[in-house]
Amino acid sequence: MFQYDERKLKDQLLELIRLAATDLPKDVVESIQAAYTDEPEGSAAKSVFGMILKNIELARAESTPICQDTGTNIYLVYIPEGVGMRKLTALIKEATAEAVDKSYLRPNAVDSLTGKNSGNNIGEGQPSIHFEEWDNDFIEIKLMLKGGGCENVSTQYKLPDVGLGAGRDLDGVYKVIVDAVNQAQGLGCAPGILGIGIGGDRAASHLGAKTQLFRKMTDTNSNPDLAVLETKLKRDLNKLGVGPMGFGGNTTVMGVKMGSMHRLPASFFVSISYMCWAYRRHSMTLNINGEVSYD
Amino acid sequence: MIKLQLPISEAAIRELKMGDEVLISGLMVTARDAAHKYIHENWPDWLKPIMENSMIYHCGPVVKKHEDGSWSFVAAGPTTSIREEPYEAAVMEYYKVRAVIGKGGMGEKTLAGLAKSGGVYLHAIGGLAASLAKSVVKVKAVYMLEELGVPEAFWHIEVKDFPAVVTMDSHGGSLHKSIKAHSDEVAKKLIFG
Repeated sequence: MFQYDERKLKDQLLELIRLAATDLPKDVVESIQAAYTDEPEGSAAKSVFGMILKNIELARAESTPICQDTGTNIYLVYIPEGVGMRKLTALIKEATAEAVDKSYLRPNAVDSLTGKNSGNNIGEGQPSIHFEEWDNDFIEIKLMLKGGGCENVSTQYKLPDVGLGAGRDLDGVYKVIVDAVNQAQGLGCAPGILGIGIGGDRAASHLGAKTQLFRKMTDTNSNPDLAVLETKLKRDLNKLGVGPMGFGGNTTVMGVKMGSMHRLPASFFVSISYMCWAYRRHSMTLNINGEVSYD
Repeated sequence: MIKLQLPISEAAIRELKMGDEVLISGLMVTARDAAHKYIHENWPDWLKPIMENSMIYHCGPVVKKHEDGSWSFVAAGPTTSIREEPYEAAVMEYYKVRAVIGKGGMGEKTLAGLAKSGGVYLHAIGGLAASLAKSVVKVKAVYMLEELGVPEAFWHIEVKDFPAVVTMDSHGGSLHKSIKAHSDEVAKKLIFG
């Protein structure tokens, strides 16, 4: 039976939140550095990427949020058999409220009916926590902070789409993604990273798209058809010329990550989860000896 | 880089052109979704001295309250401006606001308003929260904090050398329109061949 020290885990969760809010992952920083290198001297795009790289350093050095919109806090929690979900949820919420007190997170949970901000980033559905039981003998907790600007340009298509000439195949999927990124322009804080969910019902499709965003920038899709399409989309989307913040430039997206699931015969959804360049995600593992490691 | 000191005159604002990079210093106020809705329903007089010949910053900051009751900004990048499109032209004209600072640009209604009342749209870099918070040297006051909450309250702030780019000017120029026109053409080719 897997056991853990609750007080220690609360502090370890607080550290996970601090890392996610203030320390951009290495693979993302390297992508931004590559985008900076790819823009011509004296261009607005180069100037923007330069400021972005400085901001990343400053946030890490001072332990302050990279972006003031600390977003929806999305957790994927993998647990061995017998680990309780309610207790873990309570610890995550406790760490969340403490992170607000420490200014790592903005109070970001607003009652949709009254407009009242809860003040501690906790509310109905906030944070967003998803559990899965697995065979490993350790807990893994993945966290992504996804801001409102990029969430607002995220979207879902239903194939066929007559206006775009998009049928129920991978070519149709390609077309709606090009349309979505063109419509988004710089509004999602370009350059973006796209998580794509193909199939499912509407809810599963969106969640599938978000889950893709937990992959590393540098990995390769295990499905060879999707691997080819990811590369093709990244290349073609960068021809749009939207550039950082929509100022124009060579990098409009830094990565495309796609996954698929079964669908009903009648439905064919394509969900596009647009993530901003401030692609804040970290993870932690906790083993049976109470040792924690962060990635 | 063009240095702008607030308060600023309509004539000085009308000299700015799309693409100009600016550094802003002086007093301005934050206002976003709930604040714009509130203004549009109440048109309060108390905002007049705060907004006249000044700028509105579309920003919902992360703040820190100190033991003496004063506040500072910890993270303060721009939020998406287009949500204020229904209100902004009227707000700028009524209060003689000379610029809004945000991200993503705004639409035709605001662009026409900028020409009419003498204003510009200034684009700050989204996600530049740690750096831009450093440009906020003082929080002078906060209004309606209890009613609107931290992100939505009116924060009256003093900034120094706050960096932004003019992406919409008072002569009908909009960088957002020209970038979109280009990308529409490319997207059409990619989708329809």
